[in-house]
Amino acid sequence: MLRSRSLFLAQRALTRTYATAASPHALVFLEHHEGQIAPASLVALTAAQELGGEVTGLVIGSSDQVGGILDQVQKLKGLRSVLHSSSEQYAHPIPETVSPLLEKLLESGSPYTHVVSAHSSAAKGLFPRLAAKLSLPTVSDVTSLSHDPSSNSTTFTRPIYAGNAIATIRAPASVPIKLFTVRSTAFSPAPADSAVSAELKALDPVAVTDSPTEHVRIDLTKSDRPELGAATRVVSGGRALKNAETFKKTLDPLADVLGAAVGASRAAVDAGYADNSLQVGQTGKVVAPQLYIALGISGAIQHLAGMKDSKLIVAVNKDPDAPIFQVADVGLVGDLFEVVPELVEKLKK
Amino acid sequence: MRPTATRLLNILVPVKRCVDYAVKIRVNPQQTGIDTNVKHSMNPFDEIAVEEAVRLRERLKEEIKSIKVVTIGPPKSAETLRTALAMGADSGVHIEIPDSAPAPEPLGIARALRALLQREKEAGREVDLVILGKQAIDDDLGQTGQMLAALMGVGQATCASKVDIDVKGKTVSVRTEIDGGAEELKCRLPAVITTDLRLNEPRYASLPNIMKAKKKPIEKLTPADLGVDLTPILETLKVAEPPKRVGGGKVDNVDQLVAKLKEAGFTASA
Repeated sequence: MLRSRSLFLAQRALTRTYATAASPHALVFLEHHEGQIAPASLVALTAAQELGGEVTGLVIGSSDQVGGILDQVQKLKGLRSVLHSSSEQYAHPIPETVSPLLEKLLESGSPYTHVVSAHSSAAKGLFPRLAAKLSLPTVSDVTSLSHDPSSNSTTFTRPIYAGNAIATIRAPASVPIKLFTVRSTAFSPAPADSAVSAELKALDPVAVTDSPTEHVRIDLTKSDRPELGAATRVVSGGRALKNAETFKKTLDPLADVLGAAVGASRAAVDAGYADNSLQVGQTGKVVAPQLYIALGISGAIQHLAGMKDSKLIVAVNKDPDAPIFQVADVGLVGDLFEVVPELVEKLKK
Repeated sequence: MRPTATRLLNILVPVKRCVDYAVKIRVNPQQTGIDTNVKHSMNPFDEIAVEEAVRLRERLKEEIKSIKVVTIGPPKSAETLRTALAMGADSGVHIEIPDSAPAPEPLGIARALRALLQREKEAGREVDLVILGKQAIDDDLGQTGQMLAALMGVGQATCASKVDIDVKGKTVSVRTEIDGGAEELKCRLPAVITTDLRLNEPRYASLPNIMKAKKKPIEKLTPADLGVDLTPILETLKVAEPPKRVGGGKVDNVDQLVAKLKEAGFTASA
């Protein structure tokens, strides 16, 4: 039964390639938080445009959320049209309730050749679920891509082994719809353009009455600082910060003076010095700011995976042999409890 | 088996043998993959999954009837199963593929796991909870659990940092890590959970437990036994080294550091 389904999909791909002269049409899943489009979704939009075809946006949420965001979405450069769907069940979307909408949208006869999203926690839950329902693979966390219309294949690069190798992967024509998520630091965010106005199209939500999963509640960490994934400057602390109190006391003044986001190594998060939403690394956030200051971080492979694409890396560490110095552009061997306050003072001048 | 209100739970934990997390990997000269002639161990997220299953049993006692571990991989993956058995799982299934076979993709693995679950069900050992790692540290895809939940048509809770089972109510409450915070989900059993690093601290297997694990049963199967094809759909064209980053050397004091920052255009923000 499985085999017959994939065969069926393959046949559909062939007919479509023939009929539409292989012009890609990407559907971009646009996320929003508190009335703003997620910066990572703007990056996904840029990646979708690199396929070289038409791009359609998809926005879901409660009617309030969607109503508040469509003006912004409409003005995004590169979007020809925007599909939007409102339902209370999309207010806190979970894959079990969102997937059916996309399945319906992508069922046979749909014009879409690619489905794109930021590599966000929402998409990490949704895309594989959707892909499996459609008997398709999905490619996670891509850093570059190119589409070849003549063979209807798309080639992606993505980091593997915590960024210590880069794999080049091709989704051939036998994959009729290519699903992928995009690393938020790999492309620049799509700009807004007041001259454009994408066509809006309402989409009926697909009601899921008997979802196996129920959203109970959400706890978001509040912060006045820039969002870690999108910040241009990041100040990050490791185990050497000793405890939650000194972590805050030491890093906050420096982050304030630089207008930077605060990050942390896994060691600092595991020890409870910092909230885990601040973790930078293979299993945390991947950042690529203009400036990354690593304080008391030794530089384990898993941490480097999350920050080594930063433009300028500064490291302060007591241990002159710490691996972080192998990637740091500027290193200072010293006690961070002395160095950081002095640095704050001198930067203020 | 006749289902009753207090039917005991069966847990399945899929595990993967990966290059050890501390190994500095090398891309092979042919650029087809990495040099795998290095230390391997259980994927760290899977260790957390095994640990969680064992802890659930320690908490819920005999309400957890069995913990089965499964791996899909070459002959050497059996070691990984033994490790999981030494940590406290009861029995293992090894779906063996040849050493030369390409690494299966998450969709293939999810199909194989679904076929295994079907087999267990037919044998009267219906699985109520599948606990997997949120991602393998080699391919870093993070898809298998979600794909399995989709194929089974059950609920999923990814990146779990806390798991509470209500055996009578046949639900599981899971706290999951999401961008910017945490979310609490309630899944009806059967369900699929994937583990975040924060879920627990895996135990070391003691020597007596390692010895005992040698006597625990491991069933050997092939993908064909389960009627699945693990051939990858995506083509890996190349595996390359990432661009090398060279350290820029050290400065002696904070003044020089500030000078370097200013030179690069980083001053105090207004």
